[in-house]
Amino acid sequence: MTAKERIQEVLEKCLRFASADQTEVVVTGQDTYLTRYATNYIHQNTAETDTQVSVRSVFGKKIGLAQTNALDDASLKRTIEHAERIAKVQPDLLDFLSLPSKDDAGEITAQAVFSDRTAASTAEERARAVGRITALSVKNGFDAAGAFSTAVVRFGIANSLGIRRYTEATRANLSAIVMGPTGSGFAEGLQSDVGKMAVDRVAETAVGKCRDAQNPVAVEPGDYEVILEPAAVADMIQFLAYMGLGALALQEGRSFMSGRIGQKVTGENFTLWDDGTDPAGMAIPFDFEGVRRQKVMLIEKGVAKSVVYDSYTAGREPGKKSTGHALPPAAQIGALPLNLFMKPGDAEVEDLIKATKRGILVTRFHYTNPLHPVLTTITGMTRDGTFLVENGKVKSPIKNMRFTNGILDAFDAIEAIGKRPALVDMFGLGVCSAPAVKLKKFSFTGGTEH
Amino acid sequence: MRFVSRVGETIAVKNGAVEGATASTDLGFGLRVLKDGAWGFASSSTPGLEEVLAVADRAVGIAKASALVPGQRAKLAPVEPVEDRWESPYKKDPFDVKLADKLELLLSAEKRVRDGGGGKVMVAQASAGARREEKSFASTEGSYIEQAITECGAGLSAYAVGPGELQRRTYPNGDRELTGCYGWEAVEALDLVGNAERVGQEAAQLLEAKKCPSGPKDIILDTTQMVLQIHESCGHPTELDRVYGTEAGFAGTSFLTTDKLGKFKYGSDKVTIVADATVPHGMGTFKYDDEGVPGQRTVLVDKGTFKNYTTSRETATRLGQKASNGAMRADGWNRMPIIRMTNINLEPGDWTLDEMIKDTKDGVYMEINKSWSIDDKRLNFQFGTEIGWEIKDGALGDMVKSPNYTGITPEFWAGCDAVGDKKHWKLWGTPNCGKGEPMQVAHVGHGSAPTRFRKVRVGVGQ
Repeated sequence: MTAKERIQEVLEKCLRFASADQTEVVVTGQDTYLTRYATNYIHQNTAETDTQVSVRSVFGKKIGLAQTNALDDASLKRTIEHAERIAKVQPDLLDFLSLPSKDDAGEITAQAVFSDRTAASTAEERARAVGRITALSVKNGFDAAGAFSTAVVRFGIANSLGIRRYTEATRANLSAIVMGPTGSGFAEGLQSDVGKMAVDRVAETAVGKCRDAQNPVAVEPGDYEVILEPAAVADMIQFLAYMGLGALALQEGRSFMSGRIGQKVTGENFTLWDDGTDPAGMAIPFDFEGVRRQKVMLIEKGVAKSVVYDSYTAGREPGKKSTGHALPPAAQIGALPLNLFMKPGDAEVEDLIKATKRGILVTRFHYTNPLHPVLTTITGMTRDGTFLVENGKVKSPIKNMRFTNGILDAFDAIEAIGKRPALVDMFGLGVCSAPAVKLKKFSFTGGTEH
Repeated sequence: MRFVSRVGETIAVKNGAVEGATASTDLGFGLRVLKDGAWGFASSSTPGLEEVLAVADRAVGIAKASALVPGQRAKLAPVEPVEDRWESPYKKDPFDVKLADKLELLLSAEKRVRDGGGGKVMVAQASAGARREEKSFASTEGSYIEQAITECGAGLSAYAVGPGELQRRTYPNGDRELTGCYGWEAVEALDLVGNAERVGQEAAQLLEAKKCPSGPKDIILDTTQMVLQIHESCGHPTELDRVYGTEAGFAGTSFLTTDKLGKFKYGSDKVTIVADATVPHGMGTFKYDDEGVPGQRTVLVDKGTFKNYTTSRETATRLGQKASNGAMRADGWNRMPIIRMTNINLEPGDWTLDEMIKDTKDGVYMEINKSWSIDDKRLNFQFGTEIGWEIKDGALGDMVKSPNYTGITPEFWAGCDAVGDKKHWKLWGTPNCGKGEPMQVAHVGHGSAPTRFRKVRVGVGQ
């Protein structure tokens, strides 16, 4: 029996065992492998095979959820009984309308991104790729750390209203942090097809950055022009999405978009959308309710356009339909955009540097966290390559800085945008395609010793 | 080899309805193998001897692949083989309490949160959770250990919304259902209903509260914020794997390098911090870690001087120590054990909270963490809390919203001049400690009393 047949069998069995008014079954299967290295050797190397089943049982307006990863009939029956028992004792969820129907879910033509090479990749292949990075690091007298992972993920979704979905996707992530005595460099790659992973480019970029980052000087905190490379831009976008681009946050007044749809929220040169069907991202054509993922324009030329919906949040607004952004059933934060694209510009990073009188070039952020979700204020540190730029040239590496800044304020201060977006992992669930940007002003509020 | 099964239940109610009620079962096994000093790990949720043998073969193959890259090789400190079974104690099995009774309690408490908010609380929530983990550990060195750990807890939260403003208040400590290794008695002891109106009221009051003042102030951190302060600035930097660089690819390294061991001045002489896996009811409490090493109490910082790390069998050997102090923990069957905090506790001092406030001329008292960020060597941090009150001339004054503070770890702890006494000491659970790739979420504990720090920069970015 193939993995697809096994998952489809579980889906149909669960629906047969169910007695609720409506039942939804979500099965996710995964084979994941991760090779982790540090100080130029492999210190962890893991493999995991798992299949998880989530059952949502609905009686009228009451919903229960139960999950298991045991696939025998007795365990599946017990899981369904759990979900149904949980549902029955609840008060009504008054604004719940229904699970999505087959008609609501839409026709699907797009494909998930899948690579046979990724599915067949081995621990030896990952180790040899890591070995190329560590060898270059050793040659330069540095220490390299990072991870190389590959995964095959299988999604099966069925409900009693006629939805039947199945797809498989692959993903490969490679990261490299190369550390010298006084500074470090970073590079990463994200591909569906592991054969397209530019291992040597990742190694050379991280080693080069590390070389450039040695002997950093301290600069005073304050407001600076700033050039943010794609990883830093993607970090801000993922927090923007988490804090306010889902319908539930909007409906509850917690989002920066609340009451501002149609209004200007950033500069005119900032445009952001979500598209789970674009093969330039990590396309999976339906969400965790089986609904077709739609392209949603979130912010267009600086104007707040829309947020994303699942069936529950859509049902709370007259005339709204799910946009195909439901999260896994146990998530209680509503719909989220997981395939974000920021519109690129026409500049090379070198152009952004040339246009800077006195500013700071940031490779990436570290440990970013929200301070004020409505104002979109975040704080975090720079990491793995921070540089002072003066009169259009990189003058010297600098010690890491703490920033405290509004994300919308940052995207209101964009002077120029890079032309080469990078695909960056987002919370391990989604991806963000983001270019480098140059901002007129960004607030650094503290320094550190390295 | 470890076989791990977990059953869990979470119930969350929001604005008068059930937001989510979930029962979960998760089980599987994982094998960690060491071959020629290189590690391999493989795991599966598929039962049966045939699968076990296939997974064992896969783990060995992965270990051989690891050895393709030259470099450091693991040597393990010895451990005595043991056969044992241990269960964390509880009084009332949380899985025996009727779901309807749990819902009634939560709905009643949540309604009072809304009542307390007076229309300004847009989102009121109450939640409860329970988890039981059963794990069996067997090693080729001859150990066979079974452990069962039951956790339980509950909480309330209120989100008040005003023009351009969102304020949160929670009880007892942030957005977390699980608070310790207890049964349902822990939920009953919380008195959710009795605390609910205050939570709603304070969320609403925060909308109108003044901003936290900016500049150097003396701060007194409640135990709820000390949890985060200890966790980020002592718990993580004393993990020896992090010191050796094996977390560099993800969350970073540590400023507490091995040359500092035994002599570095981490904080003032008021600061004694221990890693204690033996303290009752802690979320970092166990009898054996996931290498079969007995859980124990280790002094990390003694009267301000940095004394030890949390270690594994591999890192202890590398450091030249004779044995691991038992801090290797894995997040379930499908993860390789890594060094994790146990219960990282600040030992009590001799102050009451009232004495501390009376002794403070110009300060801020802060409760319950809301935001956190720290650099990749655990030096520069900026933490924010839900609520604060000004302290003026020895008395609590006005409420302040979104208080935050920043510092450099050893400078900050050097400014610690007053630690609360045993009566004020409290052990909290932290069920959301992320570390490692693939990500592992550990349940750890932190105990402390309210603590004062002098001349701290507060109100950053206000």
